[in-house]
Amino acid sequence: MPQKGYVEISVEVCKGCNLCVIHCPTECLALNTSDTNSYGLHYAYLVDEDKCIACQNCAVICPDAAITVYKKVA
Amino acid sequence: MKKGYELIYKRPKTLLSKRMHYCPGCFHSTVHKMLMEVVEEMDIQEKTIGVCPVGCSVFAYDYLDVDMQEAAHGRAAAVATGIKRMLPDRIVFSYQGDGDLAAIGTAETIHACNRGENFTFIFINNGIYGMTGGQMAPTTLEGQKTTTSPYGRKPDTAGMPIKMAEIVSLFERVAYVERVSCNTPANARKTKRAIRKAFEFQMQGLGTTFIEVASNCPSGWKCTPEESLNWLKEHVFPYFPLGVFKEPAKEKV
Ligand code: SF4
Ligand code: SF4
Repeated sequence: MPQKGYVEISVEVCKGCNLCVIHCPTECLALNTSDTNSYGLHYAYLVDEDKCIACQNCAVICPDAAITVYKKVA
Repeated sequence: MKKGYELIYKRPKTLLSKRMHYCPGCFHSTVHKMLMEVVEEMDIQEKTIGVCPVGCSVFAYDYLDVDMQEAAHGRAAAVATGIKRMLPDRIVFSYQGDGDLAAIGTAETIHACNRGENFTFIFINNGIYGMTGGQMAPTTLEGQKTTTSPYGRKPDTAGMPIKMAEIVSLFERVAYVERVSCNTPANARKTKRAIRKAFEFQMQGLGTTFIEVASNCPSGWKCTPEESLNWLKEHVFPYFPLGVFKEPAKEKV
């Protein structure tokens, strides 16, 4: 069974580049197109926590180090 | 943190919390992050000295929480040479773009490599002058449109893009040369490994170490960050292939 996890994304650090969204293997991230941070940028958020497998791909690709990853303790 | 979970990835402490000025999706930020992860993991924050260029990354000292020195345009290799010679126990790197390292600073780069100065070059090659508004760089691809090559780079007048990693790997005293990118999580992880390897070789005194990052510039290339990844794959990697160009012989390592 794949591991289970979740991520926290800093709204103000995120620049809405979308790179985490396109590299998440389980497609559990998205840009929030109905809201912006204080810089006027759509930020990424975790849409579907159940799908996150704590692979860290999003955190590794995120240029701005906006993402923190947590893994369920087995 | 939620109950029953453990933290497995967070922003390195060595990367200051100040918001980086780079455009969304720019690999400058990714490489800053990777560089600082290496410094944190190797526990060398107090021993690391970086040299900043002129270009987009001119303010890198605002983000990297290690000792930093700003160099005049193109002269980072000369400044890094001085620092490393005076303080040989430090881990010294220069962080330079293509305008800085391969245009105005070519002489410094070539001669530092020829002398085998024992520091690490981190060379961000995005094929354009990002800071000044997207002009043609020595590394701009053939046919690539920029503000100073509106019909595309023409080799007859501008020559072909300079392959720095290939060039510096010819110098005998250069120990390690690798070209990496950050277009996928796997490649970003390789970038981090390459930086770590370069620092380890430097600590062993093996000679010059040179990491070229095939980087992007969504703003200068006039595309989205996602499109810049496609451009890298379709146009940049065929001309600037990723990989190791030179490595120390195994018995030395
Ligand atoms: S850790 Fe992996 S699965 Fe979870 S959000 Fe990030 S990329 Fe997606
Ligand atoms: S990769 Fe980072 S900066 Fe880009 S959208 Fe995702 S969280 Fe935001």
